[in-house]
Amino acid sequence: MAKLNLVEAINLGLKQEMKRDKNVIILGEDVGKDGGVFRVTDGLQKIFGEKRVFDTPLCESGIVGTSIGMAVYGLRPVCEIQFEGFIMPAFDQIITHLARIRNRSRGRFNVPLVIRCPHGGGIRALEHHSDCPEVLFSHIPGLKVVIPSTPYDAKGLLASAIMDEDPVIFFEPKKIYRSIKEEVPEKEYTIPIGKAKILQKGNDITIISYGAIIHKVKEACDKINDISCEIIDLRTLSPLDEETIIESVKKTGRVLIVHEAPKMFGVGAEISALINENVLTSLEAPIERVTGFDVVVPLPKLEDYHIPSIGRIINGIKKVINFS
Amino acid sequence: MFKNLKKFEVNRLEILGLKGNYDKKLMPKLSNKDIKKLYEAMILTRIFDRKALNLQRQGRLGTYASMDGQEASIIGSAYALKKEDWLFPCFRENGALILRGQPMNELFMYWGGDERGMNIPKNVNNFPISIPVGTQILHAVGVAMAAKIKKHKICSLVYFGDGATSEGDFHEGLNMAGVYKAPVVFICQNNQWAISVPREKQTASETLAQKAIAYGFNGIQVDGNDILAVYKATKDALDNARKGKGPTLIECHTYRINDHTTSDDAKKYRDVKEVEEWKKKDPIVKLWNFMKKKKLWTRKYETKLIAKLTKNVEDAVKKAESMPKPKVDDMFKFVYKNMTERQKKELSEING
Repeated sequence: MAKLNLVEAINLGLKQEMKRDKNVIILGEDVGKDGGVFRVTDGLQKIFGEKRVFDTPLCESGIVGTSIGMAVYGLRPVCEIQFEGFIMPAFDQIITHLARIRNRSRGRFNVPLVIRCPHGGGIRALEHHSDCPEVLFSHIPGLKVVIPSTPYDAKGLLASAIMDEDPVIFFEPKKIYRSIKEEVPEKEYTIPIGKAKILQKGNDITIISYGAIIHKVKEACDKINDISCEIIDLRTLSPLDEETIIESVKKTGRVLIVHEAPKMFGVGAEISALINENVLTSLEAPIERVTGFDVVVPLPKLEDYHIPSIGRIINGIKKVINFS
Repeated sequence: MFKNLKKFEVNRLEILGLKGNYDKKLMPKLSNKDIKKLYEAMILTRIFDRKALNLQRQGRLGTYASMDGQEASIIGSAYALKKEDWLFPCFRENGALILRGQPMNELFMYWGGDERGMNIPKNVNNFPISIPVGTQILHAVGVAMAAKIKKHKICSLVYFGDGATSEGDFHEGLNMAGVYKAPVVFICQNNQWAISVPREKQTASETLAQKAIAYGFNGIQVDGNDILAVYKATKDALDNARKGKGPTLIECHTYRINDHTTSDDAKKYRDVKEVEEWKKKDPIVKLWNFMKKKKLWTRKYETKLIAKLTKNVEDAVKKAESMPKPKVDDMFKFVYKNMTERQKKELSEING
C-alpha cells in the first residue's frame, strides 16, 4: 500500500471516481493544465481530456452557478474554489440555490455537486487565504459540510461526497496538504458522510475537533500522560454525528472543543448546546472551548497567536479536568 | 496611430405593425394553426393573470407579479422551444410555463403559498421559478454546457428583466456562455422598469442587446410586443445554438403595464401617460389585427375561445383551492434526500 499525503489521496480519489462514472467532471480556476494552485487535480486533464477537466474564467459565482445547472442535467461536477476566502462571490449561489433546489422543486431536481475548497491557516499566506468559514455553510439546511483531517479519510469521504445525491462542501485543510503521509489503499472505498471518528479512546475527557487542528490536539494529548483523552474527529460538520458525541460525553463527563475558526456562534457553541440539551446531567465540569479568537485572521506575523497552540489546548484540557 | 479593430452594430427586429400590417420578407414560417396557438396562449396568459390579480386582492393568493403587456415576449419565445429544451423562468413567465405543460392549478397553488405547486411534471423541462434577480442565468448556462458535453442537441432558454443586467451573475453567465459557446438563449424582458428604477438608470448602454457584443456573441433587440418578431428572433437563436454557433442575447423591448407586484404602487414613481401610450401597443391587439387581416379571426371564434379558456382557468382555481393543506412533514422531506436525525427529532416535536 502506498503512503500518500492529502493532496495525493484526493487526486487518487478524483481519478478513481472519474474512471468509475463518466459523468464526473472537474472545473475551476487553473484546475486543468496547472493542476490547481495546490496541484490537487494534477495530471487529471491529461488522462480525462479537456471536456472532463476544464479551466473556467475567473468567476466563483459562475463556477458554482453553472455547476448547479450541470449537476441538475445529470453530470457530477466537482468544482474547485481556489481559496476559502474566494468562495464568497459564490455564497449567493450556494445559499440561494444550491441548498434549496431539491426543496423548491419538491424533489424533482437535485444537485449532486461537490465544491472542493482549501481551508484554514498556517501556511504564511496573504489575506483571505487562511480563513475558516465552515459554519457559514454548516448553518444552511440543504448543504452537507465535510472536512477530513487525514489522507485516508479524505479519499473515502470524497468518494462518498461525489456519490451523494445532495450538495457537499468539501473543505481540505491546506496546512496539512503535504505534511502528513499515511497508507491509503489503491482500491476504492467510502467513508460515510455524517459519521465522526473516534481518533483515540479515553475515559477522562472528550475532546471534539476537526480539520488540521486535530493533529495539534493529538500532540497535546500525547504530552499529558496522566489524563486519558478521548479524541473525536467530527469529519462531517453537517449533518453532525450527534450520537458519537453524546455517547462519549456520557462516558467521560468532561468536554473540550477545539477549532481554528472563531468562537462566536461557532461549531463549539452548537456542540455545547447539543450536549446541554441531551446529556447535561452527565457533565462533571463546564464545557470548555479552545478556538481561534474573534478577530480577523491576522497576517503571518501574528498568525501563530491566533491558531490554537498545543499550549492553549493543554491548558484547556487541564482546566476541564481540574474543575471540581 | 489608431487602428480600427472592430466595428459593431446593433439591430432591432420588427415584423408586425399596429394595424395588422407586417413585413413579408421577415415573416417566420408559421402555419395558420401556429398563429392561432400563439394568440390563444397570449389570451390564456392574460386571463390567468387577471384571475391571479383578482384572487390576490381577495386574499386568496400571496404576492403576485403580473405579466400584463409582456405576453408576446413570454409566449413568442417559449413557443420556439422544442419539448426537450430547458426553460428557466424568473417570476413573470407563468404563460410560458403553462404553454410548456405546467398545470395551471399547480401555479395557482404556488402563488397561493403551497410549495407542491412547484413540483413540475417529470416530462416538462421547466426549472422552478427563481426569485433572486438574475441568479438563474447561470443555471441555464450550466444545463447548456452539460448538454454540449453530453452531445445532446438540447438548448436552454432563460428569462430575466432589464434590472438583472446590472447583476454580477448576468455578466458571469453571459461570459461563460460565450467562452464555452453554450447552446443557450438569453431572453431579457426589458419592461422598462425594475420596480421603481427606470431602464436608463440601470445602465448607460443605449440598448441591452449590445451587451452581448462584449461577450463575443450576437445580441438583438426585438419589438417585444410583436409576437412574430419575438418568435423569429428566438427560433433563429435556437437554430444557431443547435448548430453549435453558441448563445444569443435577445432584448425584448416591452412594457410592464401593471405594478411590479401586487405589493407595489407604480403610480408613485411613473407617469400614467407613459402607461397609456404603451397600452396602445398591446401585443394581443397587434396579433389580433394581423389575424383579422388574414381572416383567421371571427367574433364567434373569439367568444368560444374566451369562454373555454376562462372555464379552464376557473377550473384550475377550483382544483387548486380544493387541495387539502400540505402535511407538515413536507417541509422536512425535501431538504435532503434522506431526513437527518436532527430533522426527524424536530418533526417529532411537531407531531408530538
